[in-house]
Amino acid sequence: MSDFLLATAGAILFTVAVGLVRILGGPGDADRMMAAQLIGTGGIASLLLIAAATGARGVDDVALGLAILAAFASAAFVNSGAPAEEPDPNPADDR
Amino acid sequence: MSLALDLFSIAAISAGVFFFLAGTVGLLRFPDALSRLHALTKADNLGLGLIVLGLLPRAESLLAALMLVAIWALVQLAGATAAQLIGRAVRRKGPAI
Amino acid sequence: MSVLQALDVGLALLVFAVAAWTVFAPGPFAATVGYVVYGLLLSLVWIRLFAVDVALTEAAIGSGVTGVLLIGAAARLRGAETTPAEEALTGLTRLFAAGLCLLVAAALAAVVLLLPDQGPTLAPQSMERLPETGLGNPVTAVLIAFRSFDTMLEKVVLVLGVVGVWSLAADRYWGGAPGEARAERPEPTLAFFAQMLAPIGILVGVHVFWVGADEPGGAFQGGAILAAMWMIVMMARLTEAPQASAFWLRLALIAGPAVFLAAGVAGAVVAGGFFAYPPGLAKPLILFIETFMTFTIAVTLPMLVAGPPRREPRR
Repeated sequence: MSDFLLATAGAILFTVAVGLVRILGGPGDADRMMAAQLIGTGGIASLLLIAAATGARGVDDVALGLAILAAFASAAFVNSGAPAEEPDPNPADDR
Repeated sequence: MSLALDLFSIAAISAGVFFFLAGTVGLLRFPDALSRLHALTKADNLGLGLIVLGLLPRAESLLAALMLVAIWALVQLAGATAAQLIGRAVRRKGPAI
Repeated sequence: MSVLQALDVGLALLVFAVAAWTVFAPGPFAATVGYVVYGLLLSLVWIRLFAVDVALTEAAIGSGVTGVLLIGAAARLRGAETTPAEEALTGLTRLFAAGLCLLVAAALAAVVLLLPDQGPTLAPQSMERLPETGLGNPVTAVLIAFRSFDTMLEKVVLVLGVVGVWSLAADRYWGGAPGEARAERPEPTLAFFAQMLAPIGILVGVHVFWVGADEPGGAFQGGAILAAMWMIVMMARLTEAPQASAFWLRLALIAGPAVFLAAGVAGAVVAGGFFAYPPGLAKPLILFIETFMTFTIAVTLPMLVAGPPRREPRR
């Protein structure tokens, strides 16, 4: 069972790697902003699987910290990656 | 009973990996940034949710299981927000900002 | 090769590839994204090396604080008026940078691989004396009990960093507030996100700090998560950064090292040595010191990221 868990962790890391190749090379910065989200979700999944397989202590806390900080990194990217924000010309959001 | 739980774990985790693969295929094949964003935040989150579901029977205690669910909920929040924010940035500046 | 070894090799290759891409990335924003991804992957590596405390710190500082710092710097550079041709690094510079990184990595690898099997270490003695501190986490014991003077000086360095950042302000802005003013109508998505994430993050930060006595965690990691929560609320412009001349801010910045130093001096009087802890009181004293250190770190890191004051001080 733990071999199966480790193999799936490896498979997820592989999909993250392939996704990174596409995203980091992507034209424009919009694609690159998604990288934090990709590595955050995939990294947490691999981490939980590795923790379940090897039984290391305290890894759940690292996964929790990663969840919070990957979200924070995504927000930071978008906030600063699109500087000089003019107010929305046609505000379609309800306010 | 534990064999049934193990089978359930294997099934759920395999489904999770399948959705991660689907998300990456979407990243590779979708034509523009917004649809790639969709593939990333929806498919990967679902994959993580299925993996968390598969790991729940193996959790050591009720609190550990709740923490797994909390981690998934946080990633959901992050994914939803990132999708909205990046989508807004793409809409304002055009596809290649 | 077992599955675990294959996984480790794959992870190492991925980290290497991301690092190589970051050196040759097309522009500062892309390089910062690469750096944050590299940091998050590196925390996975630390987990595999059984250094869970370091993994937590890497995730908190590498992707959290330093990432935002670099992004802010990249954004400010983008606003500066230079032509792209001047700004782009030439291929030669990148090759030189890559060569330097490889050299450092090779030197570290050589040192680690050439260490004798029974290298000089104090680990057995510290594990022996661990129960005297009342702590269960050897890393925290080393940081706050066995090597406490060093840790206190690290926090003093952080304060000096803030002073350095503040001194970059123009004369008329000295004592003012860094960052942007609070928005009348903050952007809804970011505001919602900050309002949802901050309470949870604060809870997790306090938990990570508190649990650091016996499990992986500690003051630095907890403080960094708390700092990230303050930063996200400032980024959503739900609140603005405090003025650099605010008394409570300056008090908060020095609280950690001040309490630490006071405990050390008191140790000379009460327990017979500078930075000695009275036996039996060690754990409560350590947690007391750590509380103030967490608070200082949570206040210092956002002030470093917010930058020098950019508005005139209000009277």
